[in-house]
Amino acid sequence: MKKSKRFEVLADRPVNKDGFVEEWPEEGLIAMNSPLDPKPSVKVENGVIVEMDGKARDQFDMIDTFIADHAIIVDNAEKVCGTDSLKIARMLCDINVTRDQVLEYTLSMTPAKAVDVLNNMTVLEMMMGVTKMRARKQPSNQAHVTNVKDSAVQIAADAAEGALRGFDELETTVGVGRFAPTNAIGILIGSQVGRPGVLTQCALEEATELQLGMRGFTAYAETISVYGTEQVFTDGDDTPYSKAFLASCYASRGLKMRFTSGSGSEVLMGFADGKSMLYLESRCLFVTKGAGSQGTQNGSVSCVGVPGAVPGGVREILAENLLAMMLGLECASSNDQTFTHSDLRKVARSLMQMVPGTDFICSGYSSTPNYDNMFAGSNWDAEDYDDWNVIQRDLKIDAGLRPVKEDEVVAARNKAARAMQGLFKELGLPEITDAEVEAATYAHGSKEIIDRNSVEDIKAIEQMMNRGVTAIDFIKGLNNAGFPDIAESIFNMTKQKVAGDYLHTSAIIKDWHVISAVNQPNDYLGPMTGYQVEGKTWDDIKNIERAIAATDI
Amino acid sequence: MAIDEKLIREAVASVLRDLNVEKGESKPVTAHKSNVPLSINFKDSGDAQKGTKSDEVVIGIGPAFGTAQTATIIDLPHDKVIKEVIAGIEEEGCSYRIIRVFQTSDASFIAHNAAKLSGSGIGVGIQSKGTTVIHQKDLPPLANLELFPQAPLLDYEAFRNIGKNAAKYAKGQTPEPIPVKNDQMARPRFQAIAALLHIKETKLCDINKKAQEVAIN
Repeated sequence: MKKSKRFEVLADRPVNKDGFVEEWPEEGLIAMNSPLDPKPSVKVENGVIVEMDGKARDQFDMIDTFIADHAIIVDNAEKVCGTDSLKIARMLCDINVTRDQVLEYTLSMTPAKAVDVLNNMTVLEMMMGVTKMRARKQPSNQAHVTNVKDSAVQIAADAAEGALRGFDELETTVGVGRFAPTNAIGILIGSQVGRPGVLTQCALEEATELQLGMRGFTAYAETISVYGTEQVFTDGDDTPYSKAFLASCYASRGLKMRFTSGSGSEVLMGFADGKSMLYLESRCLFVTKGAGSQGTQNGSVSCVGVPGAVPGGVREILAENLLAMMLGLECASSNDQTFTHSDLRKVARSLMQMVPGTDFICSGYSSTPNYDNMFAGSNWDAEDYDDWNVIQRDLKIDAGLRPVKEDEVVAARNKAARAMQGLFKELGLPEITDAEVEAATYAHGSKEIIDRNSVEDIKAIEQMMNRGVTAIDFIKGLNNAGFPDIAESIFNMTKQKVAGDYLHTSAIIKDWHVISAVNQPNDYLGPMTGYQVEGKTWDDIKNIERAIAATDI
Repeated sequence: MAIDEKLIREAVASVLRDLNVEKGESKPVTAHKSNVPLSINFKDSGDAQKGTKSDEVVIGIGPAFGTAQTATIIDLPHDKVIKEVIAGIEEEGCSYRIIRVFQTSDASFIAHNAAKLSGSGIGVGIQSKGTTVIHQKDLPPLANLELFPQAPLLDYEAFRNIGKNAAKYAKGQTPEPIPVKNDQMARPRFQAIAALLHIKETKLCDINKKAQEVAIN
């Protein structure tokens, strides 16, 4: 056949490097509306759920039992299940129905009922639902701060810049596990230099992550994974009960914590049980609710290549986020991992959460160039900062970031790097040289960072950990090194764990005030209500440096 | 070779054919993707035994390797892949055996099964889509000596180096690990296709069937 030039050009477009597959409902390769999903049903006897979504209690698996016993407000369950799903779908996007009125229904749904409601909705209607159902009135954003060299001084500099740019939570992880303590110190110090009160975490194997939290290296955690089928759960040596126990470990030490789940994981592991991705995610979210977690990171997350490849996958991701909010959970709504080669698809996917606003629009916007992103790449990275700011300005939305000035960023990065230099000395860690401080101050990514002797670093880290170092040592060390203001911030962060206010749903800290769904609940009810972009907020968003003033000409 | 829509359609169509077979229709199960003819015949020949040669590396292959599926996720034919691994092992002066694991399709468990049957205690596990693990019998199943999680980045050279390093471990050496590659765009391009291939391979698992010795000719 003679080749068409048009088709040749199209074949070269980035979108045609993406993988797409057709639906395969029998193996769960279907986003939502699967003919094989169970039909909603519920029967209550003596306050106990004895039938749920077509199964009698003696047929329940471990996940069903956990959900029936812990995740559903039983009093209303039969009434809600008997209500037309279309009616509840309409309530979700009706500006005359309050969030609380919707919750009265949605907190008594079964997993299949929630799916049945969402199957009726378009993405536009779901975005209306998110605008109203998001727990915290003010939207926010979270960044990833990592690099391929596990350079703690670079992490500190990037964290300082990230906090300055507006992220309220910062997340790091490791390439090599043994660097976890210094990566956690780097993100903690950097965040408090950029803007005091920003929360930090270090995603690790669960026991190590909990230990770092208990010793004050981190302020929260979000990588407590749950799954929608029993097989996948038990393959990871876990149950809903063990995850609930872990959740209570964090709570008892005054550490904020959220679970994580997302569509595609069960399919990818070959055990989707013939159910749609949304139905399995619904089960995950009910487990999250039942375990007492205040929130979730969801929206497919690291398996986004799977829903991204099937019809309606991006709609399903939005439906997952909305479902979390229907259960009253804080929602860190993904928009993190790469799922496409196409910048157009990338933006279209993110508008679903950017426009209505979520508790954290990205649960990992890469604050570094993507080659340094140790979560295998993010949908957005440091090279997109100005695009993100301009999109906010174009649409008059607050998607969590603010334009910044170069001199302020350089100063913050430099101070963070110097504080690390001082603290390393106080903690007996190998010296951070002036040249390393200079490199971290001006670097874009780890290609510009000076290599260190990793064997020496690892040995010193091990010794430090064996000495039982905690946040108190960081506070003393920073004070001795001439950074009393940063020492005070870390002292304040430690006090937060004693007070515990930031364990409330959707908590962030601004100027040492906890802002959460308790003291700033979302009260959206149509035009000119809820969160408004106005006053100083709008001034900060609209004033990008490159805009030309008429008076300048 | 790029994975285009036609190939994916073929994959889905073949999957659906398999399903029909399960429902009792007597249609033949054909190769999963591009119908790559193989120069090697992978023949199961009885229950695999524990080896006694201290210089051997056991290569564990997934239930579909070289039969129901004939190429990795980037279309490297399975015969050429296995030849590279064998060449790497033999270059180091070691011997090899091939077994097919039926009880699991998980790369780490396949490799651990192979390691437990290996006279040297070293095994290599290869899923049909290409994901590969080098394992040692005394490690926990989900740990590993070396893991190559991104199948789309494994070329012939990587498979030969995997064979070489496995042989070095078998000889009691501590080789420099093969540098891990990372491609942030592997997910958008391959993740869903990986799911398809893995589901197909998992369907061939049989929890009651012992690993089989595989003869190649």
